[in-house]
Amino acid sequence: MIIAQQKSIQDIASMIEDCNKVLLVGCAGCVTVCLAGGEKETEVLAASLRIKRRLENKPLETVTFVATRQCDPEYIETLESYVKDVDAVISLACGVGVQYVAERFSDKWVVPALNTNFIGGSLNHGEWEERCGLCGDCVLHRTGGICPIIRCSKSILNGPCGGSQYGKCEISKDMDCAWQLIYDRMKALGKLDKLMEYQPPKDWSKSRDGGPRRAVREDVMID
Amino acid sequence: MRLQYASTVRIIEMPCTGTIDHRVLLKTFEDGADGVFVAGCMEGDCHFLKGNIRAKKRVNMVKNILEEIGFGGDRLDFFNLSAAQGQRFAEIVTEMTDRIRELGPTPLNQKEGDTA
Repeated sequence: MIIAQQKSIQDIASMIEDCNKVLLVGCAGCVTVCLAGGEKETEVLAASLRIKRRLENKPLETVTFVATRQCDPEYIETLESYVKDVDAVISLACGVGVQYVAERFSDKWVVPALNTNFIGGSLNHGEWEERCGLCGDCVLHRTGGICPIIRCSKSILNGPCGGSQYGKCEISKDMDCAWQLIYDRMKALGKLDKLMEYQPPKDWSKSRDGGPRRAVREDVMID
Repeated sequence: MRLQYASTVRIIEMPCTGTIDHRVLLKTFEDGADGVFVAGCMEGDCHFLKGNIRAKKRVNMVKNILEEIGFGGDRLDFFNLSAAQGQRFAEIVTEMTDRIRELGPTPLNQKEGDTA
């Protein structure tokens, strides 16, 4: 999932300081799971902003709504009746959701409440870690299911490097060396020979190259 | 026990402090409470194992929010005490009441023209 974290209330408040009524839109997708922009977080932020503005003698009216997903135009449509009479929309979605809302309601001031951090998963309740570098050319079948692109600090494909000591990366004693993990896993699987196979240079043209990437499935497109 | 404590306190019973949500705490202040304290069971005595520990973390989170927005986190606190500690409850009520009196009425109840 996409992992995001809320900006400071101060920062969000400064984006809407000239507004009297705002719509806060949460997202029931990834940011609900990572506890950054779900129903609860949306209502907590709304209450915090209302209290802050009352203290400043500039009361703020808030409306809250949680879209099923903000990265799908069909769910953005459900916002229409809420958006009409507000001065601004605060989106608690990832950067994608904010852009979809801003694109659909082009005459509205749309601001982000979250910083979108990375693609990752849960380690514990309340702790998440980056696990995918979105390189567009997955190599996990060659590395024992451990991603060297994002879990190696240098993203190298032929590690470990000289900075690996006792299974840890040189950047932090708390960070595992991804290539040590890969080696250990491949050894346990009896597939160390796979690491010796010749690999051509990775095709980075499928990564951040040539502007925004697009994926198409023609068979599911509706004419 | 016939213990005396401030009559300004309104008790809201919850099945467990673990059910207390950040939103409930913020709403009490929006509705005009001068101060709020959450009385949870003693640590290690939670019938639901960790309800009071989780509640304490939530209270601290809301304290941080209140601090960040300029309301002040001192108006909110969490105390551990058992159902058998009536004496301690009265003490906490007195302690919190004194603290809130010192802080004054909630700034959210001030009308236009009021000072401080």
